[in-house]
Amino acid sequence: MAPIETSYTVRVRQLAYSRSGDKGNTSNIGVIAYTAKAYEWLKAELTVEVVKEHFKEVSDGKVDRYELPNLLALNFVLHDVLGGGGSRSLRVDAQGKALGQAMLQLRIPAPSAYVIEEARAAR
Amino acid sequence: MGTVRIGNGCGFWGDSPEGPYQLVSRGNLDYLTLDYLAEVALSILTKQMRKNPEAGFAYDFVEALDRIGPLWRDQPGLRIVTNAGGVNPVGCAKACAEVLRRHGLTGRKIALVTGDDLMPDLDRWMANGYEFRHMETGEALGEHRSKLVSANAYIGVRPIVEALAAGADLVLAGRVTDPALALGPAIHAHGWHDDQWNRLAGGTVAGHLIECGTQVCGGISTGWLDIPDPAGIGFPIVEVSDDGFAVVTKPEGTGGRVTEYTVKEQLLYEIGDPVNFLTPDVTVDFTSLRVQEVGENRVLVSGAKGRQPGDEYKVSAAMVAGYMASGELTVFGERAVEKATRAGESVLERLRRVGVTFESTRVECLRTGASVPGTEEVDHGVTEVGLRVTVRDHDREKVRRFSRELASLITAGPPGTTGYAAGRPRVRDTLAYWPTLVARDWITTKIEMIEV
Repeated sequence: MAPIETSYTVRVRQLAYSRSGDKGNTSNIGVIAYTAKAYEWLKAELTVEVVKEHFKEVSDGKVDRYELPNLLALNFVLHDVLGGGGSRSLRVDAQGKALGQAMLQLRIPAPSAYVIEEARAAR
Repeated sequence: MGTVRIGNGCGFWGDSPEGPYQLVSRGNLDYLTLDYLAEVALSILTKQMRKNPEAGFAYDFVEALDRIGPLWRDQPGLRIVTNAGGVNPVGCAKACAEVLRRHGLTGRKIALVTGDDLMPDLDRWMANGYEFRHMETGEALGEHRSKLVSANAYIGVRPIVEALAAGADLVLAGRVTDPALALGPAIHAHGWHDDQWNRLAGGTVAGHLIECGTQVCGGISTGWLDIPDPAGIGFPIVEVSDDGFAVVTKPEGTGGRVTEYTVKEQLLYEIGDPVNFLTPDVTVDFTSLRVQEVGENRVLVSGAKGRQPGDEYKVSAAMVAGYMASGELTVFGERAVEKATRAGESVLERLRRVGVTFESTRVECLRTGASVPGTEEVDHGVTEVGLRVTVRDHDREKVRRFSRELASLITAGPPGTTGYAAGRPRVRDTLAYWPTLVARDWITTKIEMIEV
């Protein structure tokens, strides 16, 4: 299912950290880059389409992306993603607490070794 | 006043009872806040109050007050602001007054903030053509009205400020916005005006940062494995200055950590469009914020921009949505995923054969990435799986029937089925959340003062 690990992709977690939570049946995932260069890379590669594809088995709802360059962060809002939300969801992760971790597992094309190394050092 | 020191000792109903005690004993606070109300909490409290008119508030708070009572006696300047009042602030105040008297804290003033409850006037408004449309789906409340359990406006900070100005030592509110619990004390301490938008924005951001308790001190942080002393994790404090800047910190000697990273994570928690963070007091722009480490476990957050809010309140409403039961068993052994899946399906099939089907069912194999299906490679070689089976239906009897059937796997299921200690799954009510808006001028808040 997942591509074989090669030097041509990185997991988002190599460049960023995250936090997720819920509002009704919507969840948001904040993705915060370790460095300015990592942020620029994520801004280009971590598109709405890529994120939507990653979470397609969870929901095919709308995904919005907002940029917070001041925090080196992207905020993704995933609509209709929690199986009803509130106390009604049948999912084990009814509150979207795990989505942030799942986002960090996503693979994207790799930036230069320098960007990866700089992000690792900033962890 | 230079800065005001506000600590939040409770991030949600269910948080550690150690929080308030830690902050009062070691936090050197001006204000202690405690947040108990999640989105559907008021519906749960409403149901409790229907069964017992003395209930309907966060009893955890009364216990917290009992624990910190002796300390509060020695810190007469400390004031407490909480939404523990739930749907019965009067009942909560009575219970609190009793505890305070027991600790010899007579003379303290309790302020009750009410007016968030929309139910008394709802039908009149609907008769006047107001539709209470669902904020996410756009659907009108209409025929769902009969299923509504509770509807409460997220009221703003003003009644809290007024209560503090009137000398309240303890402010008991119901549904106010979470950041207002800290914004109120900041406004009161600094005398901010209604239109000092950037300052109000700064105070709102400060409140947002501490409202979930330990989450800003390393709790659920990406770097959690590296935080020091998770057992002694600190509860958060903000030092809010007159210009609306805030330093996030925690009591000396506590565990966890407050860093640029933990603060940025919490800034992004449960927000939507960062340019339009909506509250009834101010609309905040998060894209101008600066986050800066200024010392060990001290992070300065500055640069908040605010502007005039809209003229509607957000409403948190919830309605009955049938019944649900969820049970878990552990399956250990070779081909555990296959075994667990087959076992879960067999329970539902057995019920189907006797005519019991459900509106919604789910079989999950925990430890195989079930929390976020499709995003993680499933290791089918695992030898231990948590089988979780969940059903939902409007017919309580059917859900109860499921609850009685699941355990049959102990004898009829795959070998290595275990972990049945919890017994039959509990049948519980479920609530559907109905976020909507109400015109601001329809809401009248009230403050009532009680002297202990």
